[in-house]
Amino acid sequence: MSERKREGEGLEQAAGLDMGTRLEERDERAGADAETVDEAIFSLSGVGVTYSGAQAVEDVSFGLATNEITAFIGPSGCGKSTLIRCLNRMNDLIPGAEVEGEVLYHDQDLYDPKIDPVQVRKRIGMVFQKPNPFPKSIYDNIAFGPKVLGVKDDMDETVERALRRASLWDEVKDRLKSNAFGMSGGQQQRLCIARALAVSPDVILMDEPCSALDPISTGRIEDLMLELKQSYSIVIVTHNMHQAARVSDRTAFFTVDLRAGESQRVGKLVEFAPTEQIFTSPRDRRTEEYVTGKFG
Amino acid sequence: MAGSQIPGFSGHGGDPASALYRTRTRRSAGAQAIKGLLAAAAVRGGGGAAALLSVLTTTGIVITLASEAVNFFQVVGLADFFFDTDWAPLAGGDSQAFGVVPLIWSTLYLTGIGLIVAVPLGLGVGIYLAEYASPRVRRILKPLIEILAGIPTIVFGYFALTFFTPTVLKDIFSVDVSVFNGLSAGIILGILVLPTIASVSEDSLSAVPQSLREGAFGLGAAKRQVVTRVVFPAALSGVVAALVLGASRAVGETVVILVAAGNTPNLTFDLTVAHQNMAAFIANTARADVSQGGVAYLTIFAVGTTLFVMTLLLNLVAIRFVRKYRQVYE
Repeated sequence: MSERKREGEGLEQAAGLDMGTRLEERDERAGADAETVDEAIFSLSGVGVTYSGAQAVEDVSFGLATNEITAFIGPSGCGKSTLIRCLNRMNDLIPGAEVEGEVLYHDQDLYDPKIDPVQVRKRIGMVFQKPNPFPKSIYDNIAFGPKVLGVKDDMDETVERALRRASLWDEVKDRLKSNAFGMSGGQQQRLCIARALAVSPDVILMDEPCSALDPISTGRIEDLMLELKQSYSIVIVTHNMHQAARVSDRTAFFTVDLRAGESQRVGKLVEFAPTEQIFTSPRDRRTEEYVTGKFG
Repeated sequence: MAGSQIPGFSGHGGDPASALYRTRTRRSAGAQAIKGLLAAAAVRGGGGAAALLSVLTTTGIVITLASEAVNFFQVVGLADFFFDTDWAPLAGGDSQAFGVVPLIWSTLYLTGIGLIVAVPLGLGVGIYLAEYASPRVRRILKPLIEILAGIPTIVFGYFALTFFTPTVLKDIFSVDVSVFNGLSAGIILGILVLPTIASVSEDSLSAVPQSLREGAFGLGAAKRQVVTRVVFPAALSGVVAALVLGASRAVGETVVILVAAGNTPNLTFDLTVAHQNMAAFIANTARADVSQGGVAYLTIFAVGTTLFVMTLLLNLVAIRFVRKYRQVYE
């Protein structure tokens, strides 16, 4: 791993980027110790992702707090979606994707060879960019998770509880047997959240959950997230800075480094801090430019 | 200067001739537009004519089949044809019999044997290719399977007769079968339709959006559960289409049965003896010495009509099923 890291730095030098300022910034951040949080649920150190050898994300280190909403923001291609998929080993499904560095979840290395990715995903649920209900009834969509996990509880109760938690129950209680594809986009996305809640996860990862939704549906999902953080830790990737500002407790800002004549785009963590600080007094010039709309 | 003759290659200013070229280009663009319209009309007309031709051909087939079948049923009663269990249309005198049941039976029975072989293997191959095989393996295997689908059926027929029956069934498995038997024909029939089922089901499984797989994995489902509980049900209509295509091919298959199963109608569960299905009867009788217009000759059309109606019904049921379960993904 350390060798890989050195390779990465070699690349930086080769591309003739401003190594000096970058190292300074890194020292500054380390001094401020902003990346560590109390009660970390995830703790990342030196995490990078390569797709068939091409670096997509490089050297990310920070910790995510329990029962908080952590937002990943940054311009397109900065690797925020790639990084969130490291947290429940979703990248395993992409041929050629490799994760380097260390991802600790409750002090357990998620990429330890003894770890079963299926068990990881039971604890760490995920909601995707586009609503992806199964072509089944609303009821069966919710019941799918508990069924495959062999949960023996009363299924009707589990389904109702999950739908209530996702504040969808009142809208769908009379048509639980109808196909989920007949719901609106916003309802489908809340169904996907309910589906994730039905397996009682510990963490919910949301990869741009509102990007396909209208403002009203988006507002409902944001309210829902604020409610859910009482019981769950939530990580959300968002394109929408206002959304990050509205819902998250802490924000990680990522950016893209163009290397080798813009042919290679590598995502890097620029700054991780309480959301208020990111939006009012960011320490890094690039963060400030992004959140004030000057770039990205 | 040959290049400058080509319309559209007009010069870049300066050249006094460039204006001329531009005019020519514009004029030819107009001409091209007209040509384009004519071409579109020709394509539309040609396409329409082709569509009409295929409709006319089908209509012609149906009319020929039906009119000759009507002639047949003026001699032989409907009840005798559909409920009598003796089939000996070419026999002389009193032993001549027109009960189609043994032919229908062997058609369905051998199709069933074939599907018992082809459905698990074909779906297994389809699921393996779509969900488990690495891209490299898929790139090699899929064309191989499609080549198997292109082998002429006569090859399968003689493979069954000269290798599968004597070597595999008799020598290796010591099954006491006659030279012409339903077992060998049925199994090889299965091998024949396997690639159709594998290829079509693979296509429909691969068409299931990746987002559904990710959704299921994200809930902690294991690979096997993702495949059996999400991907397979989502692809069900395509899988059923694959099965019906396979079954239709088996029902209508002629040469394998003709060559390997013998030409004796037999209303029996016994697979070690000869069987004759409807298509094989038609092929056999068509080249036999029967007088045109005679009742033996007319049986060809009666059996043909029955086979036609059977496949039509099979396809109608399949279309209804596919419509009911088809899932449209964006």
